[in-house]
Amino acid sequence: MEIKKGIAVSPGISITKSLIIDSEDYRIPRREIDPSQRMMEVQRVRNAFNDAIRELTELEGAQDQAGGGRIKDIFAVHLRFLRDKTLRKKITVMVHSESVTAEYAVSTVLREIESHFANIKDTYISERAADIYDIEKRLLRQLLGHKRADMERLTEEVAVIARELSPTQTAGLDRRFVKALATDAGGRTSHTAIVARSLGIPAVVALEDLTEIVHSGQTVIIDGNRGIVIVEPDQETVGQYEQYAREYNELGQRLDAIREKPAVTRDGVRVILLGNIEFPDEAEIILQKGGAGIGLYRTEFLYLNRPTEPTEQEHYQAYAETVRVFKHRPVVIRTVDLGADKFTQSKRFAPEPNPFLGLRSIRFCLQNLTLFKTQLRAIMRASVLGQLEVMFPLITNIQELMQAKMILRDVMEDLDEESIKYNRDIKIGIMIETPSAALTASTLAREADFFSIGTNDLTQYTLAVDRGNELVSTLYSAADPAVLRLVSMVVQDARKAQIGLAVCGEMASEPEYIMVLLGIGIRTVSVTPPMIPEIKQIIRSVTMKECNSLARKVLGMNSERQISSYMRNAARKVLPEAF
Amino acid sequence: MSKATVEIKNADGLHMRPAMLFVDLASQFDSDITVSNGQSSVDGKSIMQMSMLAATCGTKLSIQAEGPDAHKAIDTLRHLVEVQMFNEPAPARRTQ
Repeated sequence: MEIKKGIAVSPGISITKSLIIDSEDYRIPRREIDPSQRMMEVQRVRNAFNDAIRELTELEGAQDQAGGGRIKDIFAVHLRFLRDKTLRKKITVMVHSESVTAEYAVSTVLREIESHFANIKDTYISERAADIYDIEKRLLRQLLGHKRADMERLTEEVAVIARELSPTQTAGLDRRFVKALATDAGGRTSHTAIVARSLGIPAVVALEDLTEIVHSGQTVIIDGNRGIVIVEPDQETVGQYEQYAREYNELGQRLDAIREKPAVTRDGVRVILLGNIEFPDEAEIILQKGGAGIGLYRTEFLYLNRPTEPTEQEHYQAYAETVRVFKHRPVVIRTVDLGADKFTQSKRFAPEPNPFLGLRSIRFCLQNLTLFKTQLRAIMRASVLGQLEVMFPLITNIQELMQAKMILRDVMEDLDEESIKYNRDIKIGIMIETPSAALTASTLAREADFFSIGTNDLTQYTLAVDRGNELVSTLYSAADPAVLRLVSMVVQDARKAQIGLAVCGEMASEPEYIMVLLGIGIRTVSVTPPMIPEIKQIIRSVTMKECNSLARKVLGMNSERQISSYMRNAARKVLPEAF
Repeated sequence: MSKATVEIKNADGLHMRPAMLFVDLASQFDSDITVSNGQSSVDGKSIMQMSMLAATCGTKLSIQAEGPDAHKAIDTLRHLVEVQMFNEPAPARRTQ
């Protein structure tokens, strides 16, 4: 039995078998296999080489037409390496003699060669280490790709454990069988956390070296309430955790009882409580949990796990299906927020050095007009089916907003010409998720029908902290005075301009923040669907007077620590079970 | 058995592309081909081993062939290294 402590990011308790997903982007940990599995593992090595050769031959063929001599040479060299029998032999011998996984042997042998090159004095030759690195990644992608395909065909319940989960990986999970997530890296707002909360499964992140301790198939307890993962628990621990799980489910049932009740404070102030979704099938959870609509419909899922761009019809079907279910309730579709992921990066010859400050989100759309217009057309076509609104992400200045609106008008004109119906008065909003947008909110308000404050990116960009980097993730907090002051400024500017305003970041999904948000003046929040009952319970337990005085106090404080402990205490008094 | 000592004459040395040309040519012969830089001896038909020799311009390599076409193999490989210089420039003509 081994106990690991991390950060709890999605509540719940799960006791299941583990399934480890490695990634070619990180070091592959040494894992031993049963000697009887060695032949199978050697076969995996052979298949990986053959598939990599096939893939590279295709790429080389495509390059022929483009006619790049230098790049063709690179492909040719890589192919010689993949066909090199002595290289293959070195790897299979290691699998045999040390009884280790194919991934580990591939990675170790190629890294030895890499470091051999890197240590050579002649720079021209030492740079060849990069070629070996490429070959290593290509082989690992083959090995891990096959494993990922297996993951899409799970037959039993598992807890998925990884160094870090990318949107592409989580989109491929068979969600009927994934009962918990745990990662070495990450923070409260990492992608893993968002996905786990939207699926309503427990998750713990920032576990440092969990992937090196667990082997696939071992039993693990994932305690998303306390941030603990227990590997191979003893009988007594399992019994204790079964008890915790029962108690937790009972709290859930009590909260379900307020599903049909409105989100109104004790002194009668009505709050619009919406849900955020990552995949269309989560829309159902919002209704089950008693949400009033979709405040953030993320559309990246349409682009992930596929080699080609989605068609207009595919976009339309995804939106139409959801809007029909929600009828007169609001559905805010955010245009695609791609960037810093495989979809945009794999199309580049070299990845961007700093993708979060690079060509992502609305910037990517404004430079890829065909892709952008395809989505906008589908949104406009679906706009007649219900109360659809459209929202542009990562706006940093007024020109971007004007440009995006101009493109939307182009799309409307095209639809007019084709006599296709759409809602001419569709509400057009923007995400406020950069300090520049928050600081110029009064200007942006002239061109927008509503604002939605995306607190995750706003916090990351304001505090200059990568929320996924565990070395600095403790600095990341929406309770930082800088973030709260920006939010409060945006509230005032939106109020002056009399436009709509919501908060859709993770901040709204945290019980301790909701009172402050109400006190600052927020009346619409969009949260991760499983959190709807808890947030509603808090709203129903407080008065605006309490919230106003809390917000005033907090806005006058100067340290994150002081603010978060003050907020936590206030919320704990209202809903003790949530903490 | 046939052997010869050759000198790398192209400016950039035995980097990936020249190693590839060498291995491709060596693989056309039935003879076993061994290349040595004095410290280690490697299989002349393996790009991994050949490129790991990291022979820079001016390095002397001894090539040894054993088999029915050993003599022809040595002649052809020597031609590639010293006369053709892997179709690459010598240091003097190197333009940066």
